[in-house]
Formats: sequence, C-alpha cells, structure tokens
Amino acid sequence: MALRQCAIYGKGGIGKSTTTQNLVSALAELGNSVMIVGCDPKADSTRLILHAKAQTTIMSLAAEAGSVEDLELEDVLKVGYGGIKCVESGGPEPGVGCAGRGVITAINFLEEEGAYDDELDFVFYDVLGDVVCGGFAMPIRENKAQEIYIVCSGEMMAMYAANNIAKGIVKYANSGSVRLAGLICNSRETAREDELISALAAKLGTQMIHFVPRDNVVQRAEIRRMTVIEYEPEAKQAEEYRQLATKIRDNKNFVIPTPITMDELEELMMEFGIIDDVDESIIGVTAAAEATA
Amino acid sequence: MAALTKEETEALIQEVLEIYPEQARKDRAKHLAVNDQSLEKSNKCITSNRKSQPGVMTIRGCAYAGSKGVVWGPIKDMIHISHGPVGCGQYSRAGRRNYYVGTTGVNTFGTMNFTSDFQEKDIVFGGDKKLAKIMHEIEELFPLNKGISIQSECPIGLIGDDIEAVAKKANKEINKPVVPVRCEGFRGVSQSLGHHIANDAIRDWVLENRDGDETFATTPYDVAVIGDYNIGGDAWASRTLLEEMGLRVVAQWSGDGTIAEMEKTPKVKLNLIHCYRSMNYIARHMEEKYKIPWIEYNFFGPTKIAESLRKIAALFDETIQAGAERVIAKYQAEYDAVIAKYKPRLQGKRVMLYVGGLRPRHVIGAYEDLGMEVVGTGYEFGHNDDYDRTIKEMGNATLIYDDVTGYEFEEFVKRIKPDLIGSGIKEKYIFQKMGIPFRQMHSWDYSGPYHGYDGFAIFARDMDMTLNNPCWKQVKVPWKTAESSNVAVAANA
Repeated sequence: MALRQCAIYGKGGIGKSTTTQNLVSALAELGNSVMIVGCDPKADSTRLILHAKAQTTIMSLAAEAGSVEDLELEDVLKVGYGGIKCVESGGPEPGVGCAGRGVITAINFLEEEGAYDDELDFVFYDVLGDVVCGGFAMPIRENKAQEIYIVCSGEMMAMYAANNIAKGIVKYANSGSVRLAGLICNSRETAREDELISALAAKLGTQMIHFVPRDNVVQRAEIRRMTVIEYEPEAKQAEEYRQLATKIRDNKNFVIPTPITMDELEELMMEFGIIDDVDESIIGVTAAAEATA
Repeated sequence: MAALTKEETEALIQEVLEIYPEQARKDRAKHLAVNDQSLEKSNKCITSNRKSQPGVMTIRGCAYAGSKGVVWGPIKDMIHISHGPVGCGQYSRAGRRNYYVGTTGVNTFGTMNFTSDFQEKDIVFGGDKKLAKIMHEIEELFPLNKGISIQSECPIGLIGDDIEAVAKKANKEINKPVVPVRCEGFRGVSQSLGHHIANDAIRDWVLENRDGDETFATTPYDVAVIGDYNIGGDAWASRTLLEEMGLRVVAQWSGDGTIAEMEKTPKVKLNLIHCYRSMNYIARHMEEKYKIPWIEYNFFGPTKIAESLRKIAALFDETIQAGAERVIAKYQAEYDAVIAKYKPRLQGKRVMLYVGGLRPRHVIGAYEDLGMEVVGTGYEFGHNDDYDRTIKEMGNATLIYDDVTGYEFEEFVKRIKPDLIGSGIKEKYIFQKMGIPFRQMHSWDYSGPYHGYDGFAIFARDMDMTLNNPCWKQVKVPWKTAESSNVAVAANA
C-alpha cells in the first residue's frame, strides 16, 4: 500500500490531538504502520502514545545542537504504543519568533532524513488550531498531506472554522493534489448535532466520516496519558475510534471542497436553531438603550 | 545631434510607452515628463515615490539600504549590526566608498561587516537573545566603539522581535548609545523610507543625548554639514572651503562622522544640507525643536559653489561674507585653469543622468561649467519636492524620468544619443556595450572627490578621460547607418 498522508485541522480546543491519537492507535491496532507529526509549538500531539508530558521537539533539539543539519533522525523520532512513530516539530513560546517557520523546517528535515520510509502506511499531521500563516499550511502545500480531515462539532465557531479551513484547502487543491476527505464530528452534545454536521458536510461537498460521541472514558484515559484504545480496549468509545479508523482506511471520497458564504452558513445554523434569525433593529443597541425604548 | 523640441520629446515618451500593457502604460506615463521651466510645481507634470511596477527592472534599493547603506553606515566610530541573515550586510559591504580617518577594527569600523547571521533557529525562536549576546561580544572585542546601531533586515519585522527592549537593556549594561532601527527592507517603495526611518532613529535615540549639557563651548560660526557622505572624500573637499571662509564645522553627517558630532549638532547655529532627500527630515526636526535654521547648498562646479558660499555667508556677519569672497577669489585661478583645459574638449556634449539623492539636479551646474548640457535626468527614489527643485535647473523640453525602467532608459538613450551617461553599476555595462561613454555617478567610478574646487578638477578630468577616450572610436555602434559610417570612413581616409 502506498503511503497515505493525512492532516487533521479544526478549531483550537476541539479535540484534534486526542482524536488523532485515538484514531492512530486504532489504525495501528488494525496492523498499520503509522507516524504522527505534531505541528504545534505546544508539542502535545504525541503524549498519549508516548505516555510523556511533552516530547522533545525537532526545533528545540536543533536550537541546542546549533542547527537542524546537526540532528539525526533517531534523535527526534520516538516509538510508542503499537509501534507508532512520533515526531513533534516544536517552536517558540507564544509571542516570539516564527512558529510557522518551525513547522516548515521540521517537515523538510523529516523528508531529507528519510522519515517517510516504504514501511509506513499512514502519516498524520496534527496541526495548530488557527492556521495563522503560511507555515501552518505547510502540511497541505507542496503535495505533503493529500487528505484533510476537519474535526468539528455542532457549535457555531467550530463550524465557522471548518468552513474557513475548507477555503484554505481550495486554494491549494487547485494547484496540487490535496483534497478534503471528510468532517469528523467530535460531539459536544448540541441538538441534532449529527444531522447538522452531515448537512454542513454536504454543503462543503464532502461527508461526515464519523460521529464520535462524548464519553468520560476519554478524559480518564487522558489523565493516565493514554489513548482509550490502550487504556480500556473493550470500552464502547474504543469501538467508536476503531470505526473511525476503519472508515478512514477505506475512504475513497476525496474532493475539492465547495466552501459556503457566511450568509449560507448562518442560514444553515438558523435552520438548526443554533442562532436566531437576525433582527436588524437590535444591532448596535445597548442594554440601557433597550430599557428606555 | 540637435536638441529635441518639446513636441518631439513628447512624441518620444508616447512611443516608448507604446509597448506597455494598458495598465502599466497608464502608470508609467505619470512618471515621464518633458521639462517646462515655467511650472512652479512638479506635480503638474510628474508623479514620484510610488510603488514600482512588477517586472520593469527598477533600479531602486530597499529601506535597509537607505538606513544602513546611506545614513547610518558612515558613522565611523559606531558598530552597525546588520541584524538578520548574512547577505544584506555582506553584499553591500564597503560599496559606497564613504572615506574616513581612523584605524579600522580599532576605533573605526566603516568597512567591516557586523551581522547577527540569522539561521533557521533564530527565525523560529526569535533573535533577541542572540542580539543581546552580540552586544557584549562587540564590547569585548572592540572596546573603543562609541555605540551600536541595530539595522533590521526583513525577517526582524516578520517575526516581531523586540529589538527596542534589547537596545534599552544593552544601553544600560554597556553605557553607550544603542540604537534600534526598524528599516526592514520590505517597508516603503524604495530606499527613501529607509532614510526617513534612520533620521527618526537619530531623532529618538541620539539627538537629545546632550540636551541641557552646556559644557561644549560654542561660537557664533558653528555649522553642521548634513547629507554629505564623503564619497571619495567629498566632505573633506567641502569642509575646507567652509573653514577657510571662517565657519567652524562642528559635525559631518554622516561621511567621516562620529556619534559625538551628531550629539553636538543641536548646538550649532546653522545646518547646511547637501543631500536634501536623505536628511531633510532631521534638519526640519532641529529647526522645530532647537530653532536651528537650515539651508540647502550645492558644491558641484565653481558656479554653484560660489552661489552657495555667498548664500551661506549672507546668513552670517561681514567677516564671513568677506571670507566667502576671499575663498572664491583664492581658487579662481585654479578653477579657471580647469575650465580652460577641459571646456574646449567637452563643449556642447550632451549628458543623460539617472541617479539618486541630490545628484540628478546638483551636478547639472558642474556639467554646465564645462560647456556641457544635461538633456535628461531622473531620480531613483525622489519625491515631488525633488522634482520641484529640478525643473529650474533643467532646460526646456529636456526629458525627466522618475524610477525609470530598464527598457525606458535604453530606449531614451537610443533616441537621444547622449555623448555621456551618468548612472549606476547596473546600468554601466549595458550602455558601454551600446558604445556610449559612461560614468558611475553613485561611487564616482572609484574616483572622487567631486565636491568643492578640488573635486571639480577631478570631475572635469574624469568626464574628459571617459568621453574622449580613444576606445570609443574602436566600437562599432549598431544603430549607425551604413551612410554615416561611410562618412566616417571617408573622413578618416
């Protein structure tokens, strides 16, 4: 099987890293050889696989050694649960330097050092929530990741973010092979959430690949720095991640997305009662003014 | 060849513009004009200081070039860090020929390149820590430095380093001026914004250093020379004239200059501005804050020198006025001899210029003193106040071009067929290959000085040796018709 490179995007705090690590564990359980590349200066994309607080990153090692050319692959690549290979790009603390450039440097290093070997079935890029600059688009540029999965929920801002990420994909899809491969709904238990995300997926020209219900076992496992797959393999939630993994393994639905306008998105949310119909007469009117009116 | 009429020059501009796509044509049309001395304001005929069109091979530089290369670089006793990757500093190192007195590497640093040599990790993690470390390394290795300036290259602005904080801290630690300059190359449309940013940095970090300190003994004849970069020794040839007429030159900005001179400048009675474009900002600031008047002057060629000396003297008492007359008289035999020797060899020759700063207008008088005519001129990064000052210097129906493109310049030259072109290194070999005598007017072609009476003698010699060089007779010029070359053959026979 040829190597499939997938990137996980989505609004910050939506559960990208947790979902990715559980999904990747399930893929490993199914017998796949997988690598996770964390593309976030926080470096928390591999902790559940490695049972670690935070993996030492490519950029911090490079800073110590002098330059990235001084590093060897084995310095930065750790193997965890299920033989999953783990790498963190790393980057600066908030407010200094250029984290985006760190992602670019790290991915170039992995390529040059031959991290993408023939044995691998999947690479997953777990990318910082807000694609604030070109560096964080690196995984979808230059034909790196071909499949993009967006983690979202039935909350308004998560859907805005999903639509914006779809716009970013269109930009690169037209000049390369990157495609939107589906929305993963990480449930926040809002009303009719599965229907809403299915409807959004349809509008974007894609599918809701799986609906991951909310379950406290995820947190229990996380406190132990483990995935559910490893902590409690027989849990119902583990089965959900296995289903997601199987669906992604068998997925053939790769599209150039059709992002929608803000008006269309708001209409969709109104349809599902997430937001009310906009009453133009109340825009910009303060509470005090309303009281006297 | 006879001079073009106004109509012919207008037709030439239209013809040259013809080849552009519509949008580029509309834009470039605003930057090309036929001179009309009756105009009071240049904005009636020309637009300047706008973004260059992509793809036109503009000859401009960047904001870093304007700050590090022009304004700050020549301050000889400071160390100027090219903050960012190594190339910006190294490829521009010592290229501008700002002469200075001192022992390089000990108490002066003008031709050295100091850089923070950014690597990937500095981009990703920020360069502030490295910068702070460099300050201390500099202090240890070059203890006689009198201060440090931080010249930002592009990445500094992109990654948002806080160089001001590093500068303030280092200033306390080493107890010398440390000046952060935000002259990232991508700012503005040319090097011009870099001059302005550099002037502002001097205003904010240097000029006030001796406010309230009255220990410097002043005289009524104190002046500062501002905007002379001492290219090939220009400022020296200028300073001597001012001193001979009785003035005391307290500061030279910035050729062969020091930070102490800059700090003392607010104590002078008059600021003398040579390069208006790059230094007018600080002159205006000193006028406003310290009530120091300023005037522009021109030390190219005896006519303009005499005019300028009298203009400067008029602002002082009779001793200085007498001094100006004495200086003019003293050198008269010298410059008359230069004119007598070279004018017959250069009379009637036509020149096209394309340079920056002050030269597109300031050197016209020197050429005229030698009987030559400037038939086309333009600024790389001028503003409209530069063109306002140019209209009166140029003859009617001559050509003016702003931010000229490689294509336009070549086409104008092909049609106007000047006897000499004065421009930069990038233009030099193109025009020489076209068989046209060329002088680099940025660096004086490794010669100089050209300022002052001493400089005029060298200027005249250089123009003659270039223009009348026998090598040009050996060049077959492609646009000469068979007929005219037959005439030449017949004449030689």
